[in-house]
Amino acid sequence: MKILVCIKQVPDMESKFKIDAAGTWYDNADLAWRLNEYDEYAVEQAVQLKEQLGEGDITVLSIGPDKVKEAIKKALAMGCDRAVQVSDDAVSGKEPCQIASIVAAFAGDKNFDVIFTGMQSQDRGSGQVGVLIAEMLGMPSVTTVVDFNFEGGSVTAKRELEGGIKAMVMVATPALFTCQLGLNTPRYPTLPNIMKAKKKELLSIPVADLLQVEPRQQTAALYFPEKKGGGLVLEGEVGDLADQLVRILKEKTTVLS
Amino acid sequence: MKALLVAEYRDGQLLGSYQELIDFGGQLGAECAMFAVGSKDTLPAFDGTLYLADVSQVGEFDPDAHKQLLLGVIEQEQPDYIVFSHSSYGWDLAPRVAFSLKASQISEVVEISDGTMVVPVCNAKLRRQVKPNTPITVVTLQAGAFGLAEPPTGSPEVKEVAAVGCGPISFTGYEEAEAGGVDLSKSEVIVSAGRGVGKPENVAIIEDLAKALGGDYGASRPVVDSEWVEHNRQVGTTGQTVSPKLYVACGISGAIQHLAGMKKSEFIVAVNTDKDAPIGEAADVLVVADLKQFIPVLTEKIKGG
Ligand SMILES: Cc1cc2nc3c(=O)[nH]c(=O)nc-3n(C[C@H](O)[C@H](O)[C@H](O)COP(=O)(O)OP(=O)(O)OC[C@H]3O[C@@H](n4cnc5c(N)ncnc54)[C@H](O)[C@@H]3O)c2cc1C
Ligand SMILES: Nc1ncnc2c1ncn2[C@@H]1O[C@H](COP(=O)(O)O)[C@@H](O)[C@H]1O
Repeated sequence: MKILVCIKQVPDMESKFKIDAAGTWYDNADLAWRLNEYDEYAVEQAVQLKEQLGEGDITVLSIGPDKVKEAIKKALAMGCDRAVQVSDDAVSGKEPCQIASIVAAFAGDKNFDVIFTGMQSQDRGSGQVGVLIAEMLGMPSVTTVVDFNFEGGSVTAKRELEGGIKAMVMVATPALFTCQLGLNTPRYPTLPNIMKAKKKELLSIPVADLLQVEPRQQTAALYFPEKKGGGLVLEGEVGDLADQLVRILKEKTTVLS
Repeated sequence: MKALLVAEYRDGQLLGSYQELIDFGGQLGAECAMFAVGSKDTLPAFDGTLYLADVSQVGEFDPDAHKQLLLGVIEQEQPDYIVFSHSSYGWDLAPRVAFSLKASQISEVVEISDGTMVVPVCNAKLRRQVKPNTPITVVTLQAGAFGLAEPPTGSPEVKEVAAVGCGPISFTGYEEAEAGGVDLSKSEVIVSAGRGVGKPENVAIIEDLAKALGGDYGASRPVVDSEWVEHNRQVGTTGQTVSPKLYVACGISGAIQHLAGMKKSEFIVAVNTDKDAPIGEAADVLVVADLKQFIPVLTEKIKGG
């Protein structure tokens, strides 16, 4: 079985963000980067599928600057077999349709049986790339998957809906799945596997070789939302903070009386 | 300008989110028509044309069939905007339609500003204004970002849409959320653990505070996904919706899906090491502190009276 997993490297969401000089994206400097949380589930599901079948070949693909090789190496250490970096220093300016078209151009002649993506990226979070890849390749796609079972060429999956209800669906492969939080328990790469990952194939392809789509949208501005909450912010030593909070709770609520 | 609003039915019932679509259409200044795969038994209050495909023939979830039906209506109506909710139905269907139309899709719109669509970035820490370059634009709306002050009135002129054949994905039914366990919707005080608790042992710190306050403890999704706390204590869009007198969010960043489940609480306290965490926007009081140090001290003071 041939499996493709698409991963994105994103900043840690607890970072202190700054706006870049053009005013259209966050400044990439001084940020801690990690593998998009949703994509960890995608990688894990690919590896579990291969383990279940006892055979298979997993390609992990990420579009971005050289830095994304860190995320790629994590995916290789988790159990992907080979990797492709589509080298693009300007990836943050690409919109979902362009990202999807790059993946589709790469995957076009490779006959993947199953493709996994995250359901959304934590920074831009369009939730579009997975479905668009499938539409471009003419294969069915199932989104927001929290349960995945492959048997005899078909997948039964559960899609998570609002309120925790799940929709049960069945689809024949080839098919694409977008992975939701909680789908599985992503493994931690072990030291031996991190070492092994260093020897796995990591191909770099210039983005110009694959990109064929003009942007369908553009960012006019990126900015910090106006603080409207106006809530009280307490800072200081924990003992004082606790005293202050107890006082406030006595004044403003009925729970301590 | 014309907009086509895509309403949703779940288990045969019309979802109230259609009102948000109407508000958005109004804010755009667009002439609106509506589309749904649903049933005549529950119709939206809407003054305009409703293109209605019969759910008993098409099925509630068949993205390829729904796409085909929608494309047929778009062909007739020639809308400039196609408007979905950013929901499990909308984010699934919207990109399929956008792709077929070569349209730009803007996801999770929270506001219209200077003719651009405003969307959240990085867990709502940032906002982005997006402009489409295409004649047709597909948008999905963040739940709760739009909505009418007064319930809409009117009754639609229903135009039936003939069913089409089914697509490659077969939908075999719903699985209800696990029932039983705690019903947090009745709790007067809820103290919730977020990923900031760091490890399962620290959930006890949260439980202790909940006990001292005479309340229950809850959790955000990552804590539940990691199986540190059972699912029936999850607060948010895919968990429970709560409105206690006091909600204490400990080590929770304030993602929209969590906020949706607790923002109606009467009084909200957040404890977070990150002063800029989006939870600060919803909180009445944000205590900037490490919960592992702060919460035990607070618990002792509360126990001491
Ligand atoms: C379709 C969908 C449905 C979802 N449904 C839900 C849902 O029902 N409920 C839900 O909760 N989420 C839901 N989510 C997930 C949601 O988007 C967020 O990922 C999640 O709420 C984040 O949980 P968190 O705030 O605990 O973790 P994080 O976002 O990782 O935040 C952790 C916070 O803890 C703080 N922190 C770290 N260490 C400490 C410390 N020592 N002391 C104090 N603070 C600390 C950090 O500053 C940070 O703000 C859903 C997502 C999707 C896509
Ligand atoms: N630069 C990228 N490289 C590879 N995959 C990506 C990239 N951006 C997004 N994806 C994939 O598409 C999914 C959805 O992203 P998005 O549509 O941006 O929310 C992510 O979870 C990834 O699996």
